[in-house]
Amino acid sequence: MPLPVTTQSSDVPSRSKSLGYSYRRHLGERAIETLLFLMASLSVAITLAIVVMLVKESIVFFEHVSIWDFLTDTQWTPLFDDAHYGILPLVSGTVVSSGVALLVAIPLGTITAIYLSEFAPFSVREIAKPFLELLGGVPTVVYGYFALLFVTPLLQKIIPGLPGFSLLSAGLVMGIMIIPYVSSMAEDAMRAVPMNLREGSYAMGATKFQTAIRVVMPAAFSGIAAAYILGISRAVGETMVVAVAAGMQPNLTWNPTEPAATITAYIVQVSLGDLPHGSVGYQTIFAAGLTLLLLTLAFNIVGHVLRKRYREVY
Amino acid sequence: MVVAAALIDPQGDSVPVRYKSEVKNLSFYYGSFSALKNINMPLHEKQVTALIGPSGCGKSTFLRCFNRMHDLYPGNRYVGEIVLHPDNVDILSRAVDPIEVRMRISMVFQKPNPFPKSIYENVAYGLRVRGIRQRAILDEKVEEALRDAALWDEAKDRLNELAFNLSGGQQQRLCIARALATDPEILLFDEPTSALDPIATASIEELITDLKDKVTILIVTHNMQQAARVSDYTAYMYLGELIEFDVTDNIFIKPKNKQTEDYITGRFG
Repeated sequence: MPLPVTTQSSDVPSRSKSLGYSYRRHLGERAIETLLFLMASLSVAITLAIVVMLVKESIVFFEHVSIWDFLTDTQWTPLFDDAHYGILPLVSGTVVSSGVALLVAIPLGTITAIYLSEFAPFSVREIAKPFLELLGGVPTVVYGYFALLFVTPLLQKIIPGLPGFSLLSAGLVMGIMIIPYVSSMAEDAMRAVPMNLREGSYAMGATKFQTAIRVVMPAAFSGIAAAYILGISRAVGETMVVAVAAGMQPNLTWNPTEPAATITAYIVQVSLGDLPHGSVGYQTIFAAGLTLLLLTLAFNIVGHVLRKRYREVY
Repeated sequence: MVVAAALIDPQGDSVPVRYKSEVKNLSFYYGSFSALKNINMPLHEKQVTALIGPSGCGKSTFLRCFNRMHDLYPGNRYVGEIVLHPDNVDILSRAVDPIEVRMRISMVFQKPNPFPKSIYENVAYGLRVRGIRQRAILDEKVEEALRDAALWDEAKDRLNELAFNLSGGQQQRLCIARALATDPEILLFDEPTSALDPIATASIEELITDLKDKVTILIVTHNMQQAARVSDYTAYMYLGELIEFDVTDNIFIKPKNKQTEDYITGRFG
């Protein structure tokens, strides 16, 4: 059936008569574009400002202490008369507490993600997810006291002679704290794997578990790796839990049952005002902060490389 | 083997017709929606059977009953039987483990869906799932399956490469190799060429014709020429019902049902 012929375009009232260039529209667009660009630049600018500030203040520090001493000295005693500026004790504290945390968070977070994404019925997932997110919303200082007043006494019953402050206790609680970050990102990555890949696996006679481990996890690898990297960054940068529960004495040790300070805990300690502004001791926090930044940067680069290498192609 | 009367034997001579499977009074429900209505038809052993019909007629739903794919989602219900020979067992029965069914009935999907693994591991997947670890057996089976899927010559020097590096047509042949590696008795194809270009489509069609010496094939296709080219038997479905089932030549040359004729001749659908 032929449609009725529509009216001529010039009769449409909302249509402009000329096809000329509209300066008003063009300027409006430009203004909005510029505004959006400025907003987007803000976070980049702040990041750069932090890096510049850290590097500048660290240079002042390294005028007094050689980089060699900073990297190799086994003592960190800026507050003592016999001052030593070796970052290693703080790095070891950070590595050990983060290591313990990751030993807890990566397996538990991954298992939780696999369960929620592949096995849990809809109703269970709807209940479990908010609880997990709640776990991520608890203030970290609460976790710190949970470690100090609940987990440490518990551990002392299992490991006699465990001191009141320990990397183990702080690390375990930090691990629990990180589980929701790891599990929710890993779960998102696994749920994004298209159903036709799963069906392909089931059609070959695979079980749910085989499908989850052999097909869904490799397909979601980059997202899962990103979840782990986020977990590591969280652990390395975590401050309150270690400051409260791990003790504040810098201690070059790889033994988690000992007390030790992490880079972050040390920065807190100095920031609380023990050292005069402008002294070498005060400058140490910038050098420590720069070390922390480089450490997290390294993990992010590893994560980026992994993501690129195992890019999802469906 | 069940030897049925040679009612609709394509060769027309006295060769007895063997049924690999018989569908008896099959209905299927998505929740309360009845997607398949009382379907009865046989699957002839080592023959290609095509399912045709307009979109939404239930042909894919029907295909996916054969490997119990609907069990993956809640709220689905089968009524009736699909009897698998020679066991003479109803594979839709609750007593039958869907995984056991899928161990014997393989499937190739509409869109190539290789796993994020090497070409070799993709083909070996079904064997590994079955617990086979011996390298010699895996090597042999992978080569055999890739040869059967006409992919060996292109893939033999790049077995450890990621499967995504293959072209679309090659990926689909890889999925066929994957399905063949476990020596299935029935191979299900769900519109296997709808995502492929004409040249890749021709190679898959040739492959299907070659494979019927080894395996019973059921193929869903929206392309009537394809059904005419590759199949020995054709079933025309409409709105969840089986309208006509016959030897392919009969369906395309002298359909008994007016509806089938309208669809075949393009007056409808």
